[in-house]
Amino acid sequence: MGAKFFVSRYNSEVDAKAHLQEFTVVVPKGATLLDCLNIIKWEQDGTFSFRMSCRSAICGSCAVRVNGHARLACKTQAADVIVDGEVTIEPLGNLPVIRDLIVDLEPFWESLERVKPWLVPDETKKFDRERLQSHHDQLKIDAASTCIMCGSCYSDCNVLNVDKMFLGPASLAKAQRFVFDTRDSEKEARLDFLSQVNGMWDCTHCAECSTRCPTEAKPLERIIELRQEAVNSGFTNNNGARHVLGFRESIGGFKGKGGGGMLNENYLPLRSVGLSLGGMLSLLPVGIRMIMRGKNPPMIPHIIDKIGEVRKMFRRFDEYRKEGEK
Amino acid sequence: MRYALFTGCVAKGAGRELMNATIFSADRLGIQLNEMKDASCCGAGVMDDDNHFLADTLNARTFSLAEEQGLDIMTICGTCQGVMRTAQTKMDNNPKYKEKVNAQLKADTGRVYAGKVKVKHFYQIVNDEYGLDNLKLRVTRKLSGLKVAPFYGCYVLRPHESSDVKVADKPDYLEKLISAVGGTAVDYPEKQKCCGFPILMANKSNSLQLSGNAIVGAIKAGADCIVTPCPLCHLNMDSYQPEIEGMIGEKLNLPILHYPQLLALALGASLDDIKANTHIVRPNNALKEITA
Repeated sequence: MGAKFFVSRYNSEVDAKAHLQEFTVVVPKGATLLDCLNIIKWEQDGTFSFRMSCRSAICGSCAVRVNGHARLACKTQAADVIVDGEVTIEPLGNLPVIRDLIVDLEPFWESLERVKPWLVPDETKKFDRERLQSHHDQLKIDAASTCIMCGSCYSDCNVLNVDKMFLGPASLAKAQRFVFDTRDSEKEARLDFLSQVNGMWDCTHCAECSTRCPTEAKPLERIIELRQEAVNSGFTNNNGARHVLGFRESIGGFKGKGGGGMLNENYLPLRSVGLSLGGMLSLLPVGIRMIMRGKNPPMIPHIIDKIGEVRKMFRRFDEYRKEGEK
Repeated sequence: MRYALFTGCVAKGAGRELMNATIFSADRLGIQLNEMKDASCCGAGVMDDDNHFLADTLNARTFSLAEEQGLDIMTICGTCQGVMRTAQTKMDNNPKYKEKVNAQLKADTGRVYAGKVKVKHFYQIVNDEYGLDNLKLRVTRKLSGLKVAPFYGCYVLRPHESSDVKVADKPDYLEKLISAVGGTAVDYPEKQKCCGFPILMANKSNSLQLSGNAIVGAIKAGADCIVTPCPLCHLNMDSYQPEIEGMIGEKLNLPILHYPQLLALALGASLDDIKANTHIVRPNNALKEITA
C-alpha cells in the first residue's frame, strides 16, 4: 500500500497560483523524504522540480515544508511524517516560489549581507602569525558556525511573515557569530546596528526558528545571547532593551532598592518607551480604555511574600555584573 | 486533587478576570488550590534576555517552594508554563547545571530544587489528570452551537523538547477540551502562530499585525470567539483590538476568552462570574444564546 503525497506544483510561466498534486508512493523501508521525492520525479513525473545535492544534511538545499513546517527532506524519515497514510510537501515559506518546491533565496541572502557576515580584523595591529583563538572563545561561536543556510528558520519565522525587512533568524545567528568572535574589531558597531528597528529586538521569541533548525545553530538561542550582550554592554537606548531593564527593576529592584518579585505592569510599559512624552502618549489610548473597563493593573504594585529572598538574588547578580565590568 | 497555584503576573494585574474564572472552575471541579503568594515572576522569557542563569534560579526557587508544600504546580498562563518547563527541562537534563543553579539558590535563600515537582497548565490538568469523561459529568451548561477558535500561544508549543503538548506540530488539546463542553472547535492556519505580544513595545505595528492575522483567520473560519491558555495572547488580541481594527481597516469585534473562562461558562458561571464586562471586546453578544 502506497502513501499519498500531496506535493505543491507551480510553474510561474503557466500557473496563476500553486496547487497540490497527489502522487502515490510505495515507500521503501528506511526511505528518507528526499528518496520519495526522487521516486516521484524519476518514476512518475519528470517535470516535478526541487533542489537537492548532498543527501547528508550538509548542503542545506533540500529544505521544504512538510505538513506545514520546514525540514530537510534528506534528514527526515518518510515514515515519521506520513500521518494516516498522507503527507503534504510545499516550498519554504516567506520566499517567492520559482517552480514547484524551488524558492528564490535572494531575500534570504540579502538579509544575510546586511549583517556583514565576514570577519573585520583590527588592521592597525600587526600579527606575525595567524590570529589564534582560545578554545573557550571558540566555543562562544561554535553553535552559530554550524548553520548550513538552508532557510528553514527564515521560512517559518513569524515576524518575517508580516515584515520582510526584519533581519530574520539566520542573519541574527550569523551576527552573533561575529559579535562574539574575539578576533573581530567591530563588535560595538555591530551591536549598535543590530539594536535598530528590524534587528534583534524585533524577534518575538516564538521559537519556530530553533524548532525547525536542523543543526545546532538554534537561532533563538543566539538572538538571546546577542540581547544579553547588548543589555550588559550598555546598548540600552531602545524599547527592547529598556523592556528587559523594566523586568529586572520591577521584579528585583533598582540599584538594590525596591522590587516586588512580580511585574509592575504600570511601570513596565512606561519604562520600555523610555519615559518620553511621545512614548507615554502612545500608551494613552490603551491605558484609558483599560481604566474604563477596570482592566488596568492595581495602582499599588503587588509585592510577594518572602520578597527578601528575591531581592537578595538580584543584588547578587548586580554584583556579578559589576565584577564582569571590571 | 490539590495544586500549588502559580498565578503569574497578569492574573494579578491586567487580567484579573482570569483569576476569577480559575477559582470558579477549580471550585466546581473540586480541585483545591493553594495560591503561591511567595512565588516570583517566571521572567516571561524576557529575563533570559538579561541573564539565563538568574532566570533559571528564579524558577528553581518557585519549584522549591512547591516542593516544600509537597504539591505539584498549576499554572494558568501559557507563557509561565513554557518558561518554567524550559527552565526545568534544562536543569533536569543537565545535572551539573542544576547543581550550579542550586548552589546559587542555596547561598541566597537556603532553598534547593530537588527535581520532584510537576508543572502543568490548568488545561493540561483538566485533560490529563481530571479527565474529559469526568469533566463531561460536571458540565451544567453545554456550549452547543458556540464556534470556538483555539489559539495555543508559542510557549505552550515550542520548543518541543520542553513542551508537554505531544505532537506539538499538530496539537489537538484545546480542540478536545472545547468539544468536551459541547462547543465546536474551528480550524484555521494561525492557531499555532505567534500573537506578537513580546514585541509590542519594540515594534508595535508588527506585533499587532500578527494578532490581526490570527483574529482575521479565526473570523474566516466562522469563529464566535477565540479561546487561549495564555493571558498575554489575550491582552494583545483583546486590549489592542481597536488599534488592530484601525490598522487593517475593518471591524473585527471578536471576543478573546481565557481558557478557564470557557470552562467556567460550561460549569455554570454567569457573565459576571467570569468578569465579561472587563474585556475590551465584550463577549456578551457572542455568548448571548448560551447564557440566555
